Order: sequence, then structure tokens, then C-alpha cells
Amino acid sequence: MSEMPQKTAEMPEPTTEPAAVPDPLDEAAIGAAVENALAAIAAAATLDELKTARLAHTGEKSPLSLANREIGGLAKEFKAAAGKLMGGSRGRVAKALAARTEVLEAEDAARILVEETVDVTAAPRRRRAGARHPLSTLQDRVSDIFVGMGWEIAEGPELESEWFNFDALNFKPDHPAREMQDTFFVEPPEAHLLMRTHTSPVQVRSLLERELPVYVLCPGKVFRTDELDATHTPVFHQFEGLAIDKDLSMADLRGTLEHFARQMFGSEASIRLRPNFFPFTEPSAELDIWHPGAKGGPRWIEWGGCGMVNPNVLRAAGIDPDVYSGFAFGMGIERTLMFRNEVGDMHDMIEGDVRFSEHFGMEI
Amino acid sequence: MRIPLTWLRDYAQVPAGATAEDVMTDLVKVGFEEEDVHRPLDEISGPVVVGQVLSLEKEPQSNGKTINWCTVRVVPEGAEQTLTIDGIDPSGVQGIVCGAHNFVVGDKVVVTLPGAVLPGDFRITPRKTYGHVSAGMIASVRELGIGDDHDGILVLSTLGLDPELGTDALELLGLRDEAAEINVTPDRGYAFSIRGVAREYAHATDSVFTDPASLVSVSAATGAGHAVVLSDEAPIYGNAGCDRFVVRTVTGINAAAPTPPWMSSRLRLAGIRSISLPVDISNYVMLELGQPLHFYDADKVSGEIVVRRAVAGETLKTLDGKVRKLDVEDLLITDASGAIGIAGVMGGASTEVTSETVNVLIEAAHFEEVSIARSRRRHKLPSEASKRFERGVDVAIADVAAQRAVDLLVELAGGTEESTVTDVGTPVAPVAVFLPMDYASARIGIDFAPEQIIDSLTNLGATVETVDGGYSVTAPSWRHDLLTKDDLTEEVARLVGYELIPSTLPTAPPGRGYSRTQQQRRRVVQALADSGLTEILAYPFVSKASNDTFGVAEAGAPRAAVKLANPLSEEFGFLRTSVLPGLIETAKRNHSRGFNDLALFESGLVFLPSETMGTASIPPLGVKPADDVLDGLYGGIPYQPLSIAAIFTGKDSPAAPSHAPRAWDWADGLDAARLIADVVGVELVVSQGSHQAFHPGRAAVLSLRNGDVIGYAGELHPKLLAELNMPARSVAMEVNVDMIFAAAADVIVAKAISTFPVATQDVALVVPVEVPAAAVLEALREGAGELLEDVALFDEYQGTGIPEGSKSLAFGLRFRATDRTLTSDEASAARASAVELAAERFGATQR
Repeated sequence: MSEMPQKTAEMPEPTTEPAAVPDPLDEAAIGAAVENALAAIAAAATLDELKTARLAHTGEKSPLSLANREIGGLAKEFKAAAGKLMGGSRGRVAKALAARTEVLEAEDAARILVEETVDVTAAPRRRRAGARHPLSTLQDRVSDIFVGMGWEIAEGPELESEWFNFDALNFKPDHPAREMQDTFFVEPPEAHLLMRTHTSPVQVRSLLERELPVYVLCPGKVFRTDELDATHTPVFHQFEGLAIDKDLSMADLRGTLEHFARQMFGSEASIRLRPNFFPFTEPSAELDIWHPGAKGGPRWIEWGGCGMVNPNVLRAAGIDPDVYSGFAFGMGIERTLMFRNEVGDMHDMIEGDVRFSEHFGMEI
Repeated sequence: MRIPLTWLRDYAQVPAGATAEDVMTDLVKVGFEEEDVHRPLDEISGPVVVGQVLSLEKEPQSNGKTINWCTVRVVPEGAEQTLTIDGIDPSGVQGIVCGAHNFVVGDKVVVTLPGAVLPGDFRITPRKTYGHVSAGMIASVRELGIGDDHDGILVLSTLGLDPELGTDALELLGLRDEAAEINVTPDRGYAFSIRGVAREYAHATDSVFTDPASLVSVSAATGAGHAVVLSDEAPIYGNAGCDRFVVRTVTGINAAAPTPPWMSSRLRLAGIRSISLPVDISNYVMLELGQPLHFYDADKVSGEIVVRRAVAGETLKTLDGKVRKLDVEDLLITDASGAIGIAGVMGGASTEVTSETVNVLIEAAHFEEVSIARSRRRHKLPSEASKRFERGVDVAIADVAAQRAVDLLVELAGGTEESTVTDVGTPVAPVAVFLPMDYASARIGIDFAPEQIIDSLTNLGATVETVDGGYSVTAPSWRHDLLTKDDLTEEVARLVGYELIPSTLPTAPPGRGYSRTQQQRRRVVQALADSGLTEILAYPFVSKASNDTFGVAEAGAPRAAVKLANPLSEEFGFLRTSVLPGLIETAKRNHSRGFNDLALFESGLVFLPSETMGTASIPPLGVKPADDVLDGLYGGIPYQPLSIAAIFTGKDSPAAPSHAPRAWDWADGLDAARLIADVVGVELVVSQGSHQAFHPGRAAVLSLRNGDVIGYAGELHPKLLAELNMPARSVAMEVNVDMIFAAAADVIVAKAISTFPVATQDVALVVPVEVPAAAVLEALREGAGELLEDVALFDEYQGTGIPEGSKSLAFGLRFRATDRTLTSDEASAARASAVELAAERFGATQR
């Protein structure tokens, strides 16, 4: 018999009526004692009651124990019969007791579990949920796609030399295109330092610093002297791609952009090129994306600029444009986030309101 | 550039029903982005007709005003009104109350009838006023949205008009026209004209283009006109400032004659205000042909015109009335009196054409782009003329444009054409460009047929000659942007259509994936977010005071920072030397929106000025600079390390049943910094620090093993927090992560893991309060020797039982050998030697 959890050493033996000792050979009397015991066991509703019943019917002073003790004093020839009767009777009681114990213990355990019930809906949030800024997450996502294509990620300083930002990219010194970039210059002006207006200086750095062929993506922060409003911000993020190899054509540019667009916007996405002008590419194109999931229905959305790298850019990096050619493209991360994730106002992206980032969490 | 559709139709085949939107859809195919639509009919509609004032009774009012009670015939004499709108009289005569007094009986005026809607959603209905029912309005130009004048109503005879009564005034005044606004890229100066856009429209729609220049017949000169001398002694980049200067003379004009509505409405739709007939003609010709013109009052010009650079100290009063100091690089138009204009930018006041001007000199010149761009920028005088010159004007159009202006002055201002012509200068002849046979096909990925190449370029106006191995292409005079085979390639692709470019995916060579630093950066940023911080991205523009407070700790001296030359706001005129100012601004913004419990971080570059800032000059484009020049460029760029900072305010989590949130404290700042180092496997050395932004007793200076300081962490200075209006006990940290990344091991060498049992021993040491726990721990580590597996501080106590000025530090030591089970004697001996070293260094006693 297993030990009952309620049992304590201090618990006094229950007082029982002094009973007449039944004759261990009296089947009827023993049988009655057994029936009494079984009834008491069955009637026990708790482990405590069962304990009382156990002591009363199997304890040292119980009728069955007392009767059992009588066997020792019987004549030899009666011992076997009495032993058999008593053994069987006590066995029945013990079995019933064990069965009842099991039932009551199970009930008890179940009750405890019920009692321990908590309101899981009132759980505290002990661990703070942090968040990435969605612009960073999107930048990572874009980078992953290109790294998956075997491209590498190139980076450069945000405070840059005018040569890397403009001249090396074929912006003529007095050309209006240079002014269209609304540049932040730093003191003293004669140092020719500025806040890069695009991540294209990283393209030039890549061409100067890397072995050909070059396939790089240049994500990063850029600066223009635009006041903050719903669609403009003086500090924003771009990613630009550059591929320089032998025999690259505008068809390769289209293929690359199409592949990328589908990774970002699903297999239904496609791209459209329109003629445009950039000093660092010739031919140049404006890039539109067919966004199948656009708010308000699928449509073309202006996404960025691209083109075949102007030979003057290659020359600035000491590369022979008659041997190597390639393409470049650039898009805004803020703009992408705006139409991909339906961000309605630029302020949300730059104000750092925790609700904005925490809504995205680690995803985009 | 805004294109009035009626004007475009003069030279291109625009379908009858086409709208401005349709035109833009076509133009976008050849590279002109759609910007906007300008459509007067969106603002003004309904019955707006020509009427004639039949009667006019002046009725003085009790408020001192006098109103006119008028009857106005709005249908032709003898005809009946066919409009059946409520308030329109079937007789064709309307009763109208009018407050203006600039008209008389018999004047033809514009009547807005009931049912008309005027700009500003002004709906015309019959209304009772001054004792009459006024059924309509006699309109002023301002009410019609075609001018600013509100002094009186529009009397049509002042525009030189005498239309039939009942004529649709919207048509008459050009209000049924509309304009498409497109963006012209800076390489295509020629498209700042109706001529250029009409040509492109024809390319886009494969239709016929009529060159407006071909419709002008330039009169044969009978002799030299006004004397002009081109004398540029300081050309920029060796290019003469002016290589063609045409002068024509028109005499006897009526400068006060009205500008006809067809002209003023086109100008208005093109975004140019009508000023006076001569000025309007000059602008009209510029818009049509792309050639900026300048008109001089011929009687105010003295002697020959000389085009030259300014001399030092020279000044000019420009048309806007301002006296401008001229720069020796400015190209000037001068006469015997001195400067009479900054070439291509703005004319002078002394020779201005006024309403009294009778004789006019027309200047149609070709100025060099850079010279004009610099003068315009120097004098901050952007104008329609300078915009075109900077982007390049067709050098061949000057005489045509001058003739067109002559013709219009004769036709509209009653002038007489002088048959003399001045046309001086030697324009640079266009150079032929060689386009190899297969070059365009290889670059674009379309297999162009020879006729596609030849036709496309010929359509542009270029001369194409098939030569050995390719084509010799001479660009038309208006396309000076076509200088290389790549420029020609773009034109071929553009005219054949970018939509035909196929799609192929190039294979990049095997890549190396993310660089080590890129991986480190991403893991660190992700770890901070995973640990419960929220990433923000603030602007790097800060105040000087912020940099002084949060920049590197330097006793006393003002901290160097990079200053923006043209900041958006003077207050935030510096580049940050610390990421913390932006974080604090962001934290405050969140506080103001009701979020007080914050853990924010930013990862971004900071800008630390170097000894050498930039380079005094920059090398030219299109050539790789020499190595030493490149080194100079690289070397002149200030140090911009990646910095990560975090700020903590309020509590670490929201209160909840069975959960008591904890207020962030100094150790959280330290923890965030440690997390960064842990992620990349670098050990940070923490010591008691001092930084002007931090609580003097609760700042940790963080260093690498080699002693390089990489940042600070702790509680911000209470006084600073109060000044910043930030919650007390706010916590911050900032580290230079580039330095941490650089300290990371390339390869981490494995440590043998012993499976023998551990022997743990605790020790409590009493040391003076000023002894840093980390130093005691370090002494224990050293003293314990190689059996020590780990040692950690688990309690610190001051108070009863510990002498004043001392503290008790409790450490747990874990001993283990790699080759045997340690006996307790061995462990105790190691512990004893650990304690001994601590005693020796700090006088530590066992408690």
C-alpha cells in the first residue's frame, strides 16, 4: 500500500468501539467484518476519511487484525483454514483500500490542479518586446536578396568629398544637374566636403577599390536640403546597385531589376523603363514597378532611376569603357516602404514614435 | 515646362479629343515625366458670354456706395436667348447690379450668367440686392481667374476686341485651352520650347512635326544693323561667353497696345504673367522657339554694343531696381554708358522698354552655359532666360527668333521692321560622332537593324552618314548634348522604345556574402532589439551645445565638430559627434505622446573632424586622379565611426498582476554595452568614469583590454536631465562599435571542457568603499591561479558589522582541474592565495 500523503506521525489513532474479537474460523463473522470494511472504504469521500476507515478496519485493533492475531493460538489443524480465510479476507480489504486510495488520490491531484488555475489572459509581460526600425529591416531585406544573387554590399562615408559625390560621377561643375541635388555643404566650403546626396559615391569607391568584375549593392543614408513634409525628408536612405563586367547590356539591367522586383513584390510584379537623364548613366531610365498589391489596386509606381554606367564614371576609376560596361540603379528605401507597407506620412519614419517601429517588430 | 495644347497643335498632330493627360502619356514614353495639368475649365464653367451694356443708372446707396443698375444684352441684336437656365431672361437682356465704374453704355463686357461657376467655386445665381434682382455679373479679370486686376470690370475693347454679342467668352479668352506640365531633364534644354516638345511629341506618336522655325521667313538684310562687338577676354574653360549675337530694330511701336487674348492666355497657361505687349512678345517667342530675347529701348542705348566681361568694381542697376555689384567673371552687355545687362540673366533698368518706348532693339544671342550658370547663381537671379541658356539654346535659331519677334511687333504693336540686321559671332560647328555598327545593339541588348538606327537619328534632326564600320553622326544644332556614342545609343533606344528591351539575368561571380563587419553590425543591432530595445533613426544634425555635452569627454576645451555651411536650421547646424542628442529628442517626443517607459537605441555614424578637412581642389571628371591626389581625397574625409547609443527612461515593463516593474537604472546602460561586446565576443573593461553628461558617481567608462576607451554608460547627470526636461534617473550608454568590432578575434580557439567535479568556495572580503569590486575580483582571479574556473561577485554589503568606510564584497569561486578531482585542501589553498593577493593589493580582510 502506498503511503498516503495526508498521513502525519502526530495524528492520534482514532478511538474505536472495543469490539468483540471475531473467530478466525467463523466465516460468517469474518465475512461480516470484511463487508463492514468494504462499506467503510467505499463510503470514504476523502483521503482523510479513507485513512480513518483504514485504521478502523485494518489497524491493529480492527476486528480483522484482532482475528488474525488469534490464528497463532489455534490448534495446528485449524491454522491452515483460518489462515486461508483471514488471508483472503484481509487481501480483499487491502485491495479495496488500494483501489479507493488510487481513486481519491487522483481526485485530490485533480482538485489541486483546479485550485491552481490562473487567469492566463492576465499574464504579465515581463520581457520587453523590442523592435528594429522598419527602414533598417527593409534595408537588410533588400541586401539579402542581392547577396543571394552573389552580389556584395559596399559602404562608404556619409560626409564625403565633392569629387566622389559629383565629379567622379560625371556631374559637370556648373551643370544644373549638380544643383538639382540640393546639397548640404560643410564648412569651410573650400574643403570641398559635403553630405553625400546619393549613395553613388560608394559606386566610385567600389570601382577604385575592388577587383573587376564588380557586382555591389550600396545601401545607406543620404542627404538633401529638403524640408521635412509628408513626402520629403532631408535625411533618407537609398540602395544603389552597380554591376560592371564585360558585355553587360541594358537587357541585363532589366533582368536584374525584374528579379529583384519579384522578390520584393511577388511573382506578379514587373518593371517598366522610361527614358530619363542622369549624369552618371547613359542611356538613363526611370524605373516604374507594377505593384500587384498596391493600395487601391495594382498599378505602376515610380520607383527609382537606372541606366548604363556612363563611360566617364568608368574612366574616373581608371577602367577602360571599351572593355568593361555595366549598369547602375537606385531606389529610395523610404519610398519603397511607403508604397510596399502603406506608410502614409514621412513623419512616421523619422519621428521615432515607438508605436511605429513596435508595430513592425522585427519584420517588414 | 507647361505646354498649352492649342500651341502644341500648331506644330504637332494632336488628336482632336486629346486631353493634357493624353499628351503627357505620350510624352512620358520619350522621357518627359508628367508633372501636372492646368485646366481653367476645372475652375470656370457655364454660360460666360460677351454682353453689351445697354443702360446704366447710377444709384447712390445709404452706405455711401454708388451702384450701377445695368441692362446688358447678351445675345446678338435681334436674336433671342436660347439658354433656358433659371434667371436667364428669354429676351436676351439681363438686369445686373455692378459696383465697378470703369465702363459706359455701349461697352462690350464679359457677363457671367446664372448657372456659371467662377474660380473659387463661386456660383452665379440671380440674387436680390440693392432693390433689384441682379441676374448675373459683369466680370473683372480677377473674377475670371485671368489676372490680378480688380479695379474694375473687363472692358473688351481694352484688349482690342470687338466680338459679336453672345460670343462664348471662355473661348474668346482662351479659357477652354489647357496645359500639360512636364519635367524636362537638364540635358534637354531644347525641350524648354513648344518647338522642342512638339518635335518630341511627333517622335512619341510617330506623327508629323512642323518646325515653327520653318514658318518664319527671315528677311534678307539690307545692311548692318546696330553695331555689336564681341570681346571676351576671359573665357571660362576657354569657351567664348557669346558666339552669336543678332540685333534687329523695330521702330514706331505702340508699346501700350494690348496683348491679344490668344497670346496672353497661352502665356498664362505656360505659367508666365502678361506684363505689356513688348514683354509678352519677347516671352512668347522664347516659349515657342526656345530662344530667350531681350528688348532694349533703342533710344536709350548709346553707341555700339560691346559684349565683354565685367571689370572690377563695376555695378549695374537691373530691371528689378536692384544695384548689383558685378564680378569680373560676369558676362555683360554694355554700351557707351557702361553695363546695360548681365548677359542671359537680366537686363539693366536704364534701357528698359516702357509703355512710352517707340523704337526697339531686339537681342537674340547665344551665350555659353557655364558663364550664365555662374552669373545666375552669383546674383541669385534665376529666370526663364538663364534656365534656357544654362541648359543650352539652339545656336541656329537666333535670327529666326529675332525675326519672329519683329513680325509680332509689326503685327500687334504697329511697328515698322528695319531691314538692317546685325548677326555677329562664330558659332562652334558641330562635330561628327562615330557610332560603331553594333555598339547600340550591344549596349541595349536589342539587335537594331541599320535602318532603325539611321531613321531614329535622322528623325531627331541629325545627319547620319554610313561609314566604314559604323555611322558618322552630326547632331542637329539644338542637340549639343549628343557628344558620344553612348548619347546616340540612348537616342536610338529611346526612339525605338525602351519597352522593347529584353530581360536577361547576368550571373555575378561567386560572392563572399556579408563582410565580417556587416555581419557583426547586423547581429549587434538585432541583439539589442531582441533584448527589448526599440531602434530609432534620428537626423544627424545637432546643436553645438549638444555636441559639447554628449561628445567625447574632454576637460574644458570646446569640442570640435563639423559645421554645415547651409543647414536647414541654424540651431541644428552641426554634424553629431554623439548619437545621444537625437535619442534624447526622440525620447522626449515619445514622452509628450504619453510613452514614458522607453528603451531606445540608434546605430549611426558620428562625425569627428580631422586635422585635414577635405582638399583645396578637386580633380577633373572623366579621368582617374593620380594616386597621390586620390590619397589626398581619401585622407581629407573626417573620421566617421559607427556609434551605437541607447537611452532608458522610466520602467522596464508595464505593471501587471503578480509583476512589479523595475525602474531602469545605471546598470541597464552598462548591460546594453556589454551585450554589444558579448555578441561579437569582445571583453569590455568597466571602470569608474567621468563624462560631463553623466552622473559623476554613476558613470562607467568602457574600454577594451588594450586600454582604448570605447564609450560610456550609466545614469545621466541629474542637472542635465532637469535642463533637458527629461525624467530623473534616465540612463544612457554610447559605444564606438567600429573599435569593438576591430577587437574581435578572427578565430575563437576552443577551450577544453573538464568533466571533473567542481569545488565551490565563497569568500567575503572587507575592503575600503572606494575600491572597485572589479579590481578585487581581478585580484582574486589572478591570485587563485589556474584551478579557478570562474569567480563572480554575488553580494555587496555595508552597515552593521562592517567598519565605517568599508564594504563587504562576497564572491563565489568555482575551482576545477582538467585532470583530476580536486581535494577540498587544494581548493582551499587556491582560495587562500586568492584572498592573499586581494589583501596585498587592497588590504582586504576576510569577514
